Amino acid sequence: MKQVSIPSGASLTELYRKWVGDYPKFFKMDTLSKLGFLLTEMLVRDEPDRFTFREDRAVLVFSREGCVANDRHYAESMKDFPSPALFVYTLPNIVSGEISIRNKWGGESSDYVLASYDEARIWDLVRQAFQDKCTQSALVAWIDCTSDNEWVTNAWLVDKTEML
Amino acid sequence: MTKVYCIGCGLVTPVGNAPSEVLSAVRAGKSAFRLYDGWPEPYYASLLDREGFEGPSFFDHIALQAARTAVQEAGIDASGARVGLVLSTIKGNIEKIDTDDVSLAAAAETLAQGLGVKTKPVVVSNACISGLAALLQGVRMIRSGAYDHIIVVGAEVQSRFIVTGFQSLKALSLNPCKPFDADRDGLNVGEAAAAMVLSAHPVPFDPHPVSENYFSGRDPKNQFPETSTEPALQGDPKNQFSETSTEPALQGDPKNQFPETSTKPALQGDPKNQFPETSTKPAPVIPSEASVSPWEIVDGAVRNDANHISGPSRTGEGSYNALRYVLEGVSAEELAFVNVHGTATRYNDQMEAIALNRAGLQEVPVNALKGIFGHTMGAAGILESIVSMKACDAGVVLPTQGFSQMGVEPAVNVSAQERKTDKKAFVKLLSGFGGVNGALLFRKGGAR
Repeated sequence: MKQVSIPSGASLTELYRKWVGDYPKFFKMDTLSKLGFLLTEMLVRDEPDRFTFREDRAVLVFSREGCVANDRHYAESMKDFPSPALFVYTLPNIVSGEISIRNKWGGESSDYVLASYDEARIWDLVRQAFQDKCTQSALVAWIDCTSDNEWVTNAWLVDKTEML
Repeated sequence: MTKVYCIGCGLVTPVGNAPSEVLSAVRAGKSAFRLYDGWPEPYYASLLDREGFEGPSFFDHIALQAARTAVQEAGIDASGARVGLVLSTIKGNIEKIDTDDVSLAAAAETLAQGLGVKTKPVVVSNACISGLAALLQGVRMIRSGAYDHIIVVGAEVQSRFIVTGFQSLKALSLNPCKPFDADRDGLNVGEAAAAMVLSAHPVPFDPHPVSENYFSGRDPKNQFPETSTEPALQGDPKNQFSETSTEPALQGDPKNQFPETSTKPALQGDPKNQFPETSTKPAPVIPSEASVSPWEIVDGAVRNDANHISGPSRTGEGSYNALRYVLEGVSAEELAFVNVHGTATRYNDQMEAIALNRAGLQEVPVNALKGIFGHTMGAAGILESIVSMKACDAGVVLPTQGFSQMGVEPAVNVSAQERKTDKKAFVKLLSGFGGVNGALLFRKGGAR
């Protein structure tokens, strides 16, 4: 099972230039989505047949804080002039949407909030997600982003066979 | 595969809390919409009455109220080792972002404590499909074999945060929303809480167990032996939702609203009111098949459009794929209706029409409930599923408040007026930001 993480406070722009470089929408994303996007790139960049629509891969993202870091930005803008660009990222699941769009993954995308980082719990929930008969693999990530330069991440690419 | 049943429901809505009351409101087209002062723009919404509420969090309050009602109806012990909790919400306590921990994890913890749930809760926050995804999560947790019962709770309260955000996207209508209508011009936000208890066991609370045939649904007269009238009254969901037990919930002292052992009011009502369809005599009570055989959530799916974070697919990709998954082996003829998302935005309703047509459901009656409740976000999937189950039990396809002229192409069979149905299966459909779409198939036990 492949696993990657991004150290807290690392320059996400540098990572983007290193691993991607040709997806300018990256710069519109909130930090949570940037992290999810980059973690996924690190995991699947060498996969064959990338960017071919597939329904058999799920995106399962876990955190404690959800999108609270971006919520604070929107709440600030709201007092002056509410920003639609910030508002669309005030949903914890936009990160999994960004990953799905980039990779053309039309399978399940689900976002869960847990009280704390708990790998046993995460794998229980992932195993349950594989009850969907269509799902053969999953991008699984813990992305707990407390501010634009503080986070804890861990991401894995898992096959159904590893979950049985 | 383990069957998963809905054995308890709880509602907190602006048009009532007792399911019978809520169903009557929907059938009569009665809503609680009005224009509210905004920040500064006004907005048209269906909000709960907060008068008299003094607790620390209205969100926590309504979530707990709906959950407790469902737990009480199910007759389960929420503190059991094999009882789980799934919370569905999008923004939880966001209105307190300047002062409090507004993480959804904190909201789930508060709810778990209030209910006495001992296992660790999980929050499913999948934008507007959260409630549906949470129900699916509950189904999966039971099928994992680790749980007997899952309490699934959806709740949303509106705030400056959410309203100004939707206004910034120009998504709100200043008039009553018109799902699927040619003149639809946006959504209305709404507040509600809704809860279901899902179970691997169709018999939640049965102090005097009888034979397995009891719930087979073949002959109602044989299902309730004369001697079992009392326990049946205690365990039957319909009895526990007496009008009097839920109405005062939002008024007065919150402490009085959640009596820890409040099964009493449910048993006090007039038996005639408890079984209006089947019983004219107080005893013995012979309930209809509908009241003994619980609803089953057969399966569900969540699919992503992989297209855009805030606009639905023009081909209805994710919604169609979710429908295709849940309807595998199911005939469209079996469905009483599809209860759609129907937000009344141009793009959502058009997308759903395409998905429904692609799935071969263009002839199946379609209805949307946003014209009564508004968009209740994290509560929507659970609230609209509960109302749909109750409608099916009453033998009706509910009307789509606000719809008058077909405004989608290709057309779908929108149920403008109430219709009769004797079918006992339906699909709940939702879509949301992040490109997510979900479908759930509900079926009454034994139907098919």
